[in-house]
Amino acid sequence: MTRDSVRILVPTGMLGGGFPPETVARGLDLGADVIAVDGGSTDSGPYYLGSGTAKTAAAAVARDLRVLLRAAAAAGIPLIVGSCGTSGTDSGVDWVAGITRDVLAEEGLALRVATVYSEQRAADLEEYLDRGRVHPLPPAGDLDPATLESCRHIVAMMGHEPIEAALAGGADVVLAGRATDTAVAAAYPLMVGMPAGPTWHAAKIVECGGQCTTNPRAGGVLATVDATGFTVEPLDPAVACTPTSVAAHMLYETANPFAMREPAGTIMVAGATYRALDDRRVRVEGSRFEPAAQYTVKLEGARITGYETMSFTAIRDPHILGQITTWAALLRKMITEWVAQTLGLEPGEYAFDIRLYGHDAVLGDLDPETRPPREVGVMLLVNAADQRTATAIAKIANPLMLHLPTPDMDHLPSLAFATSPAETERGAAYEFVLNHAVDVDSPTALFRIHLPEQSDVR
Amino acid sequence: MSGKTVADLALEVRSKNAGPFWVTMELFMRDAAGYAVVADPGFLDEPVIARLYGVAADTIQIFRLPELNVVKISFPRPVVQGSLHDRDIHAGQHHVPLALLPLPDRGP
Repeated sequence: MTRDSVRILVPTGMLGGGFPPETVARGLDLGADVIAVDGGSTDSGPYYLGSGTAKTAAAAVARDLRVLLRAAAAAGIPLIVGSCGTSGTDSGVDWVAGITRDVLAEEGLALRVATVYSEQRAADLEEYLDRGRVHPLPPAGDLDPATLESCRHIVAMMGHEPIEAALAGGADVVLAGRATDTAVAAAYPLMVGMPAGPTWHAAKIVECGGQCTTNPRAGGVLATVDATGFTVEPLDPAVACTPTSVAAHMLYETANPFAMREPAGTIMVAGATYRALDDRRVRVEGSRFEPAAQYTVKLEGARITGYETMSFTAIRDPHILGQITTWAALLRKMITEWVAQTLGLEPGEYAFDIRLYGHDAVLGDLDPETRPPREVGVMLLVNAADQRTATAIAKIANPLMLHLPTPDMDHLPSLAFATSPAETERGAAYEFVLNHAVDVDSPTALFRIHLPEQSDVR
Repeated sequence: MSGKTVADLALEVRSKNAGPFWVTMELFMRDAAGYAVVADPGFLDEPVIARLYGVAADTIQIFRLPELNVVKISFPRPVVQGSLHDRDIHAGQHHVPLALLPLPDRGP
């Protein structure tokens, strides 16, 4: 199967993010060969991996999938979704698969759906660790088996090969667990023989949909990959790609804008050229893909750090605002004393953060601004070993957050709680703990591919 | 002091996570003249970023892209994303100390 070019349609940066349906219709008119869309990211924090739940609403995912499944069926082209359910856990894949099943039934579409699972068991990874095949990525240190065991969920980021295997196995729709953002768009062009350099660079440019255009809110993009490079254009005819908008996207959410590591090698774009073909299409040539000596798969893991309760009050009184840091230091001291007296807990046995929104909550000591605030929201965030303790600590702080004066006041102020009750239980709190890569013998070794016939192929 | 800041010469200054353990920020300058100011290591280098953000200078990477009039800066996140003391989950507001960096005084 050889062809001159492959057209990749990316409707949006994230499944569930929404897009005008007519932009997808336009992509089909332009001859799209595959629809690729990312379903997740670590960008919104460790909660989604830790809890195995999605950031997006089921109704928003269903709305987007309805348009995309209809389009894939009408054009007879594959649809690939990566990092299903935000974090790409098995529960995330099953969640998107369930929504897909419902939409297919409602629309009377008979598409063959494959799922690719990327969740890992700590015990399996410990075998790799024992054989010296797990390496830290900066700034991480060496991995301890106890860290693996502490994770609620661990996922491995697949490259394009497991997705390609699912397509080769007869899938019309591939719902993948955690995958690199680029693998989702690169899988089909690589499968049909497009060169690695232009394919991977194109995949990086289109992974966030319209982010590489002059209007990121107007829908997605179409990239045409061929033997010598790729061309990218927005799906909305009123929007443009410019050499600057395309080149600048290599900077987005990447630590290094010239070299990006994928499981199979490194995308090298330092020598790439960006040229306007007309006022809204950009041609990119000169991208290279440097194969790595060892195929590596990156791991992500999240564990519970404790349970959190939040409380929120607000201050408008100019006298207190004039001494807000003194007031906050007093609040911290009083909470610590009262918790020791009532619960018998010492500071090392729980933790809390006092954030002065309107003063310096976001930047803290880094804030260059020195003007006094007009009003301040005071957030207390408590982390303890269990929810009951976290809430007890927040409740002990409640009278202080209502009435604490500054040291020079001779009356008790009453401050402005935002809600009743003031405390909100946040449940388990998580943290990312893995930043490591595994040397594997095969690109599909860590992934389970369920073809439409439900056979389990390794 | 001229009273002007880096932001006055920029189209956009932005910051964002680059994965859970890194933060990256970009100065998109208006023109080559503005680029020349911020790309000058005598004005903006690793020790300056280290002071602005309270991080170790040897962990900072600075990329200068003259064809885009962009300077890009990456360093490990001082506070791990989503932890108790992380007040900016996407690190999307951490461009401000860089944007408000006073420009060098060019004399009278």
